[in-house]
Order: sequence, then structure tokens, then C-alpha cells
Amino acid sequence: MTDFSKPKTPGMSRRAVLAGGAALTASLFAPRGLRAQDFPTAAVNTTGLAVTDSTVTIGILHSVTGTMAISETGSVQAEKLAIEQINAMGGVLGRKIQFIQEDGASDWPTFAEKARKLLVNDKVASVMGCWTSASRKAVLPVFEQHNGMLYYPTFYEGLEQSPNVIYTGQEATQQIIAGLDWVNQTKGAKSFYLLGSDYIWPRTSNKIARKHIENFMEGCEVVGEEYYPLGHTQFNSVINKIKLRKPDVIYAIVVGGSNVAFYKQLKAAGIDPTKESPIVLTISVTEDEIRGIGGENIEGSYACMKYFQSLDNPNNIEFVKAFKEMWGADMVIGDVTQAAYLGPWLWKAAVEAAGSFDIDKVREASPGIELPTAPEGYVKIHENHHLWSKTRVGRARMDGQYDVVFETADLVEPNPFPEGYQ
Amino acid sequence: MFAGYSAGELTAIFAMQGFAGLILFSVFVLMALGLAIIFGQMGVINMAHGEFMILGAYVTYLVSHAFADYMPALFSFYFFVAMALAFLASGALGMLVEWGLIRHLYRRPLDTLLATWGLSLILQQIYRSVFGAREVGVTIPDWMMGSLPLTDMIEVPINGLFVMALALGISVAIYLLMFRSRWGQQVRAINQNRVMAGAVGINTERTDRLTFGIGCGIAGVAGSAFTMIGSTGPTSGQLYIVDTFLVVVFGGAGSILGTIASAFTISQAQSVLEFFLSGSMAKVITLLVVVGILMLRPQGLFALKLRK
Repeated sequence: MTDFSKPKTPGMSRRAVLAGGAALTASLFAPRGLRAQDFPTAAVNTTGLAVTDSTVTIGILHSVTGTMAISETGSVQAEKLAIEQINAMGGVLGRKIQFIQEDGASDWPTFAEKARKLLVNDKVASVMGCWTSASRKAVLPVFEQHNGMLYYPTFYEGLEQSPNVIYTGQEATQQIIAGLDWVNQTKGAKSFYLLGSDYIWPRTSNKIARKHIENFMEGCEVVGEEYYPLGHTQFNSVINKIKLRKPDVIYAIVVGGSNVAFYKQLKAAGIDPTKESPIVLTISVTEDEIRGIGGENIEGSYACMKYFQSLDNPNNIEFVKAFKEMWGADMVIGDVTQAAYLGPWLWKAAVEAAGSFDIDKVREASPGIELPTAPEGYVKIHENHHLWSKTRVGRARMDGQYDVVFETADLVEPNPFPEGYQ
Repeated sequence: MFAGYSAGELTAIFAMQGFAGLILFSVFVLMALGLAIIFGQMGVINMAHGEFMILGAYVTYLVSHAFADYMPALFSFYFFVAMALAFLASGALGMLVEWGLIRHLYRRPLDTLLATWGLSLILQQIYRSVFGAREVGVTIPDWMMGSLPLTDMIEVPINGLFVMALALGISVAIYLLMFRSRWGQQVRAINQNRVMAGAVGINTERTDRLTFGIGCGIAGVAGSAFTMIGSTGPTSGQLYIVDTFLVVVFGGAGSILGTIASAFTISQAQSVLEFFLSGSMAKVITLLVVVGILMLRPQGLFALKLRK
């Protein structure tokens, strides 16, 4: 019943966000308030980007209409929040961020066309955008041809590393391996049933999962692996098959509307995740998806990703508060939403490290950029343009949030081209 | 694949698999009956069928919230109220659409395809603006959740039984309406010869509107029931539209019995194949078989014998 496209009560929330941003600044960002006059436009922008003495323009490119709007809305909201907060603390190199938002409309050619428009006509200094791998693959040639910089928020299958993209979500090995090891070591799980929607991400992810289970986990086996078309809504047959094979773990990478159908039917068929026989482990259900699935249907399942809204650290508490003030108290924040929030901050840090908006200099400065203020905790950009980040396992609660039950001790190195897993 | 299982286990699995097939059959029947009336009896290719279903689902969502807020004591029974309201809401919208759009296109049935496709896009965006782009969670009363253990091994999902009962009820209701009521007689007369039906005094306009309304209303009830097993979002209707047309076309346009027979054939084929192969392969083979049969028998399984 809520219109998610506009912030609630803009006047009030803006002040609140300003206050939140200021608090964040004071506590966490030591060098604040760079002044624009110290960085003359001619010096910080040698390639004709949309930078003036007082502003810099970036692009936001997500689907706000069509199928993917379900998922991408949260990313847009997070990016706008980050931009507001950055502006409230003085902007980037003393320049306020303005943004041009384009709608990819869940259509991959439209994404490419809008990306071209942002880079060629609007000369944006960076783009926060894309969600599905298909849309990223569609815009990739455009970004490489016109030398743009894309901050891509979604956890994805890896096997990609572009000089024109910073991947702020986890690639597959970061997300998968720690979770499998955890369920094996703490729950004694030995047999796995792999299940997914039929497209590149679940297939690649399950391939990595299978290699890991068979080659690196002693005495463990995969007892089933199968895929259902996107949008499939009837899972009774596969649930019967699972009952027949009796795996210790159902490893589910089902997405979209199918997700809702899968968990509702699992519960209805008498497989209650809270009983942990079998254990349900997923990498595709964030707090966002639970709203559609219903907490009562998924309670007790485990999810493996890098961020949960319930993370208990000062950065995250501040972030959740600011997000809800801007977009409404009933909002939930999933893994990708948080990753999208990192985009503008990472870009700002890279620009300020480079002392320039030029894409080439920002790229050069990016590896090694640290963000101690990230809601998920400290992250750092790797040479391969992905982020070092921790992996966590959460257990779904009735109210749609996750209890974090496990966290890797160290940051997990991103490895988009994992040897031995292909 | 069955090595190492006891006879008891296998019996249990096959029994549950049988139920899975019947549930899928019921789901197909519910999806397709409304469309069978609209497409079969009126020749209108209603691409917005899924969106009428989702309207029913959203009505269910609203009713569940209304009951939770104002009548928590009666929450267990809200689903029946929701289904009735879903029927009325989708039916009313259907009649409005028939009046504003469809009736101008009866002479150009192919154009109804484009018009209703546009309508489906408009409805999707309206849902998105009103309810938000994210899926909404519909809370189902406790008694409809979970499963009924028949034996230690055999468990039957209660929502599946509910869908089966509903499919049976609606099929019987449609049979009575079509073959035992005055409206049904008129619908069939118009289907056979529109001009002649008008000449003998049947108000074809009113009958058309009512037919379209009833077809959409049934879609609404189906959508309401599917909140138990599927998702409720602006584009969820798209998940059903392909299967729905498949069932109706395969059954033979114009034959309600054909629709039911086709739903049974496709659901059993798919359910059995899904069990022995993987999901995607099952779908591919099902579609191939349907295409093959339609090549040999373009009129579908059951066809009305008409003098053209």
C-alpha cells in the first residue's frame, strides 16, 4: 500500500538524514569538508565529464518498472541515501553530487541504451546500476567503449573482471564456500541436494558448490542437482524427490516468484525448516524476498551472504536508522541494498584518493580503497575490482529478519576466476 | 534410482507424487477455466488474464489485513470472504473492460490480443504504483497451512486439498451455468452463430459482458487461491499466462470439458516427467509433446463440430 518511489515526508526526513550524515561524518570521517576551490575544475576533470565548480553528476541505472523492479527498488533507495549523506557532509572534492536516474525497465537492450545516454550525452562521472547479470553483460561493452565506471551491487556468479566495473557485491566463491564449510563443520551435514532456477547464476553457483563439496569436503556428496524454469510455481514433484533422497541439506538458489512458491510448498509438504531435517540453506533469499515469502514459511532456514539487516555494529545501526527515516519505518534492507549503498561511498573515496574525477585516475586509485564505515563492517577494494568482505550465515526468524549465527573470522578474498572450480 | 528403498517408502513416494499431480491438475483447471470461457466462448484472446488473477490475490491481501486489524477473532475464515470479494472485484473490472475496450473489437479477434496485452501492462503498473514493486506476503490462516499425515510417510498438503476442492466446486458451478442455465444457453447460442442469436432476440451485448465478467471473476478466485502456493506481486500474473493458454488451446477452444481433459493430461505428464527428469527437461518435453499433438490435431483435444 505504500508508494516506494518517493521518500516519506521529504522535509522532515531530509533534516533527519542530514543529522544522521553529520553524525556519521563526525565520528568516522576524519578529513572532512574538502573545499572545491582547492581542486580547480580544470585540474580534476580533464576528460570533459559533467563536473562544475560546485557539482558533479553521476548516473543511477536500475529497473523501476518491469519484473526486476521488485529487486532493484532497494538499490535505488540505498544509492539515493548515500548521495544525500555525502552531500550533507560536503560532497566529493567539495562538489555536491547530482544524479540523473534512468530506468532500465527490466529490459537488457534498454539498459545498454540508457547506459550509452548517461555516458555519451550526460557525461556522468560514474554510474551506480544494474542488478541482474544479464543487464550488466548488456551494458559492459558500452562502459568499456566509452570508458565509464559502473558500481555493480549484486552478488553474482563471478567469471568477470572489467576495468570499468567495481563489484560491490560478493562473487560466487565468497558467498558459497564459507557457508558450505560452516554447515558441514557445525551441523555435520554430509549430503546435499542442489536446487536452482534455470539461468547462469544458480547454475554457476551450484557448479562451484558441487566442486567444493566433492573435492574439498571430506566424505560429503551431492545427492541431487536440478533446475526449474524461471517463474516455475509448482515444486511438489521435486519436494517428493527430496523426501526420497533424504539429504542433510537442501541447497536452494531459487529466485523471483518461484522463491515464494518453493518455500510455501516446502512448508505445506511437511518439511519445516525449523526442525533442520533437512537443513535448508540458501544464497538467494534476503530480507527483501522474505517479505513476499512470509516469515512463517521460511523461519528456520539459513542464508549465506555478507550482510544482514540485524548486524549489530555501530555503522549498521546508523545506516538502518537513516534508511528507515528516509524511506519509511516498514522498509527492510537486504544484502544487495547494502552493497548498493557502498557504491557512492567507494567512488567518493577513490575520487578523493585520486584527487581527480577522471575515470582512469579513479580506476588507478580504486584498488586498496578502504571503507571502514560500511554497514557490513570494514571492506576494501581488491586488485580485481571486487571487495574483500566477510561472509555470514543468518537464520531466518518469524518476523522476516535473520539472526546472524556465523561470521568468517577474516575478510574473504574475492576470487572471480576460481581455479579448480570450473 | 529406486535401488535401496523399501517397498513401503516407494509406495509412499508414489502416493505423494500422485497427489502432487492432482494438485497441479487442480491448479491448471483453476487457471484455465476463466480463460476457457473468455477465449473459448467469445474468441477473445485475453492476455490480461494473469493480471485479473493477481487482482484477486491483492484483494485477498487487503482482506487479510482488514480481518487482522478489525476482526482478528474471525481471521481463520477470512479466506472465504476474500474469495467472494476477489470474484466480485475481478468480475466488475472484467465487465468494465468489456464495455470500454473489448466490445469494440469483436469483429477483430486478433486485435484483442494486442489490446489486452496493453491492458496487462497498464494493470501491472497500476499494481506497482498502488502496492509497491515488491511482492506482498499474504498471511494464510493456520488451519490451511501444513500437511495432513495420512500415514507415517504419506503427507498431504492441506492447501493442495483446498485447491482441489475449489477446482472441483468451480468446475461443477460452471457446468451448471453453461448447460443448465438460461445464460449458458445464450452463451452457447452466440458462440455458434452470433447474428442468428441476435435475430432470435438474445441480448448479445449483455450476455457478452456477463460472460467476460464471469470469466474474469473466476480468474480472480483462482488468483485468490494461489496466494497459498505462489507469490503476489505486480508481475506474478505473467507466471501463469503461458501455461493457461497452453491448457486452453490444447484442450480445444470452445470446449470446457476439453480444457479439463487437457489440464489433466498436461499436469500428469509434467508431474511424472519432473519426478524422473529435472524440472527444465520436463517442461521442454511437455511442450514438445503438446506442439506435436497440435500439429496433428490443430483443433485441440475436443472440438465443437460446427458448420462454418
